Amino acid sequence: MVFALLKYGFSRRYPERDEIPRTPDLQSHYDVVIIGGGGHGASLAYHLAKHHGITNVAILEKGYLGGGNTARNTTVIRSNYTDQRSIRFYAKALRLYESLANELDYNMMYSRRGQLTLSHSDGVSRSLRLRADAGVFCGEANEIVDRQQIRSLVPSLNLDIKGMPILCGLWHPSAAIARHDAVVWGYAIRACERGVELHQRTEVLGMELSGNRVTRLRTNRGDVSAGTVVQCVAGYSSVVAKMAGLKLPIRSYPLQAMVTHPVKPFLDPMVSSTALHCYVSQSARGELVIGGGSDPYELYNTRSTLELKESLAASALEMFPFIGELKILRQWAGITDMTPDYSPIMGQGPLSNYWLDAGWGTWGFKATPASGFFLAKAISENRIPDEIRPFQLSRFHSFDLVNEMGATAASH
Amino acid sequence: MKLMTCPLNGPRNITEFQCHGEVHRQPEPSGASDHEWAEYVWMSNNTAGVVREWWCHTPTNFWFLAERNTVTDEILATFPVPADGPSGEAS
Ligand SMILES: Cc1cc2nc3c(=O)[nH]c(=O)nc-3n(C[C@H](O)[C@H](O)[C@H](O)COP(=O)(O)OP(=O)(O)OC[C@H]3O[C@@H](n4cnc5c(N)ncnc54)[C@H](O)[C@@H]3O)c2cc1C
Repeated sequence: MVFALLKYGFSRRYPERDEIPRTPDLQSHYDVVIIGGGGHGASLAYHLAKHHGITNVAILEKGYLGGGNTARNTTVIRSNYTDQRSIRFYAKALRLYESLANELDYNMMYSRRGQLTLSHSDGVSRSLRLRADAGVFCGEANEIVDRQQIRSLVPSLNLDIKGMPILCGLWHPSAAIARHDAVVWGYAIRACERGVELHQRTEVLGMELSGNRVTRLRTNRGDVSAGTVVQCVAGYSSVVAKMAGLKLPIRSYPLQAMVTHPVKPFLDPMVSSTALHCYVSQSARGELVIGGGSDPYELYNTRSTLELKESLAASALEMFPFIGELKILRQWAGITDMTPDYSPIMGQGPLSNYWLDAGWGTWGFKATPASGFFLAKAISENRIPDEIRPFQLSRFHSFDLVNEMGATAASH
Repeated sequence: MKLMTCPLNGPRNITEFQCHGEVHRQPEPSGASDHEWAEYVWMSNNTAGVVREWWCHTPTNFWFLAERNTVTDEILATFPVPADGPSGEAS
């Protein structure tokens, strides 16, 4: 064991990982083509193959598997939303996550931490109370905690932030984090074992329509036809939808985050403050993960800005004043597909064989198992399950929005 | 720090400005169908490329138009709202 490890470590040629298959030749037709090889695309492919026997499926990914927002998110998994329709959906996702390592036989370092959301004003305290009660009503664990309880949950937290002392908090004990890459790898590996084809570096460039169907997709590796097409492209939702002639209620903004160098574990729960526009958690490696600042204008560019790094650092320092000596180790951005009500868009658009999985904005990692679960069911039965019915594109025409702005404003 | 040139105040830090979205035409409220109105209220081109947008320099509350590339993050031009004539609405 020790010898093998040393040999591996000193060897110049590391053995190639063969769990994720090499990109095969592109065939001319698939029953289902999934555009976008992030967590959502991989989860959908897995669920189609595992539960519905649909295996003639191709995932087309323009870059590499999971290199989009899946690789860039801060992995907060929680169900403490406001609207019952969302709570029930995200609760399903949380349950699926809890057993995912078993289901996929793949370690995704799922770690239940609990999430503490802070209030510094009466208005926010009322909205946290609403979220606590709505959650409890739906059977999810949520409670309001006072300063004393906050002190025992997070002893290192500064309760007396100047000008905005912490009044109370929303405690959500089942919230968790997971290794983001492992989630998409696990789904992709198990999907490919069942016959799904993963095509990396395969970009969809255009579409041909006939009547209200998409008949062909044009890619940089040739054309392909499909019975059903699903787009799971996060920040590029509007760009890809436009190829199918669709206009979406989505605006793309970069979301920025960063991590510090690793330190000894001191922070078990995730701590979040909407007023400070900041949340902090400590990864298994000991790095402090600090997120998430949305850029103030629409952009398809993943550059980082000093302004947002400064404001994130300033807010994190208010909560944990002793971290001032830590250095920023990495910083990055992802393009988030923001909807007006901070809820996703799932279901069939106006075209008969074209499905949408979009509008995941700053909150879609936690949904990865559930979006795939329900969309696979919807596609195989050609019928929208009740759990995702409220999230269809048509809600914008009936003005029946699912407002989650309050539960999502701290961007996770 | 990123600079934007305000047609009234000259080059200023971009944090002094607010973006108010792409210039687009409001349908006649009394004549528009519910569908048209919903499209106007919610849908967005969300263009990856050059867009024409409303911006405001908040300290002086001066509103103007800007052309910007949303892929390269370059501000191409800023100009006051033309006194007459179209302001370049995208559909
Ligand atoms: C900084 C940051 C922090 C976040 N924090 C959280 C959090 O704490 N909790 C949470 O739940 N969510 C969070 N999110 C949101 C979450 O990351 C996303 O909603 C989620 O990962 C979306 O997954 P996806 O598979 O839909 O998209 P992605 O992982 O982005 O995958 C989409 C893929 O589509 C590909 N693609 C695009 N166009 C084409 C094309 N034309 N042809 C082929 N392929 C194409 C892209 O290359 C990409 O790989 C955060 C996001 C960011 C940026």
